[in-house]
Amino acid sequence: MKILLMGNPNVGKSVVFSRLTGVRVIASNYPGTTVSYTRGETKLGEDTAEVIDVPGTYTLEPTSEAEEVALEMLRTGDVVVNVVNATNLERNLYLTLQLLEKGVPVVVALNMWDDTKHLGIDINLDKLRELLGVPVVPTVAVTGEGIKELVENISKAASPRLPVRSRDERWAAVGSIIDQVQHVTHRHHTWRERLSDASVKPLSGGIIALVVLAASFIVIRFIGEGLIGYVFDPLFDNLWAPVLTRLSDLLQGGGFLHDIVIGRLINGEVDFLQSFGLLSSGLYIPFAAVLPYVVSFYLVLSLLEDVGYLPRLAVMVDTVMHRLGLHGYAIIPTLLGFGCNVPAVLATRILESKRERFIAATLISIAIPCAALQAMIFGLVGARGAQYVVIVYGTLFVVWIILGVILRFAVRGFTPELLIEIPPYRLPLWRAMLQKVWMRVSGFLAEAIPIILGAVLVINVLYFFGIFEAIAHFTAPVITNFLGLPEEAVTAVVIGFLRKDVALGMLAPLALSAKQLVVGSVVLAMFFPCIATFVVLLRELGVVNMLKSTGIMIAAALITGGILNLVL
Amino acid sequence: MPYERQITLTRMRAGQSGIVVHLQGGRGLVSRLSALGIIPGKRITKVSSTLMRGPVTIEVDRARVAIGFGMASRILVQPNDESTK
Repeated sequence: MKILLMGNPNVGKSVVFSRLTGVRVIASNYPGTTVSYTRGETKLGEDTAEVIDVPGTYTLEPTSEAEEVALEMLRTGDVVVNVVNATNLERNLYLTLQLLEKGVPVVVALNMWDDTKHLGIDINLDKLRELLGVPVVPTVAVTGEGIKELVENISKAASPRLPVRSRDERWAAVGSIIDQVQHVTHRHHTWRERLSDASVKPLSGGIIALVVLAASFIVIRFIGEGLIGYVFDPLFDNLWAPVLTRLSDLLQGGGFLHDIVIGRLINGEVDFLQSFGLLSSGLYIPFAAVLPYVVSFYLVLSLLEDVGYLPRLAVMVDTVMHRLGLHGYAIIPTLLGFGCNVPAVLATRILESKRERFIAATLISIAIPCAALQAMIFGLVGARGAQYVVIVYGTLFVVWIILGVILRFAVRGFTPELLIEIPPYRLPLWRAMLQKVWMRVSGFLAEAIPIILGAVLVINVLYFFGIFEAIAHFTAPVITNFLGLPEEAVTAVVIGFLRKDVALGMLAPLALSAKQLVVGSVVLAMFFPCIATFVVLLRELGVVNMLKSTGIMIAAALITGGILNLVL
Repeated sequence: MPYERQITLTRMRAGQSGIVVHLQGGRGLVSRLSALGIIPGKRITKVSSTLMRGPVTIEVDRARVAIGFGMASRILVQPNDESTK
């Protein structure tokens, strides 16, 4: 049996999902689209049923790709659990009535039931059941209240097969039901609502946005550095290093195999950042340098997401984003880009016009450093002083703005306007949140580790046969004269195409000056997307736009690097 | 009173409520707004606007919705009588 969880966005559908299903949850892409959904399993008495968390939708007359997917999935389901926000019955019932017209059995979960009381909303449940003709179960998914009753009622799901109505008729029907079942009395504004309103007002909203972003940054740094300093570095130094040293002795400290597996010894010892072997840097970079930041980034992002802050940020930055030919919602893929550019480029799908998607994807792949790259920037550039890190970030920010303004005027088309619901602030359900973090982090590991190991292997083989020296000679004029980097940096730039964190790691043994490191990091960040991002860009933008986007990247990287080389 | 004063959503003051009278736009605009419950006859309250022609936030059926400035300027509202406020 297939159970579909359907409902408006922000009604706590995912929390109901996480309550119904166990640990075995899979995120998938809907075939032929980039709309993702999660599925899991639940026990119904003796049987196991598949549960699908359908993307949130306001209506079955699709206005977006996610809503089209929701409609497609509806055809495959046996039962629909319609999750309804009890505090906003008017709008939610519109979708409910549409579902009741479809002939699929429905159970209504009246979620956030606890909130109705202090909001002064009184709902006559019996009357609502009678008018809808299907079971209605009040639930509080965050605490788990009512979930058992909900499961029991799945077998009682019914379909009244309402006649198909027009939009106006349906809204009139919703109005009539509301008049009969809902009574709203006077209520006080809660502190959460006050805070909610404050975060979309010009002055207080701006201050809140700055505080939230600064706090996120500090927390990400704190957790990331904490994990590196107290967990991963000790593990590698105390447990893994002795193993590698012994292995190095076994391989007699040199030769082809040694160079590939362990890399070059630095002062007779294995150096995790500089040796560059499969088992040294090849494992250290993904696990100890990058993973801690990926974990802490996704923790903070998921928290902001689940608390409900992101739509408010979209409102606050909308005006600025319009100057860049985007609208406020584009801040969400942009923030995702600070984790990994791949999901970020995929997330540009939430933007409606081709123009916006092109601008957003190009800006992200040029000016937004992913967590992996940032971890390396902090590690390498940060070691020379915090001011250099500030220069790198400042440059990328300025590039983001200038390039955005140029693209806004250069790319034809129009940018539709912002229209989003601002959900109330909510306390997150930790279980559901950690589940999401885990899915994202394991996604990173599955994606990054094979590529990193492959990249290190390829580099070492090419290096061994002197291929890079040839490339270096060929491109040396640009790299040395224009960017002021040594010839050996060419290797890093080439490798940047595979993994940017690995590429930056390759600058480590070159004994660069602080200025050269800054130029190197900025150029690497901007120059080319990594192979994974490249593939997604190709898929999302098509060949022609992908080539345009790449051209912009190369030009922008060279110009910015050249300017930095002159100015610093 | 036969005289009805209608203003666009953008010209309402923060905190002011009114009834949506008309959505001046094509099918796309109307269907996007109505999916969020913004339909003629609905009572709404303006929560805030942002600087430099940024989005307008309103409350409709106890939910808050942010609407881009251009779109908001195509929503005609009949505000509550000032004297009753």
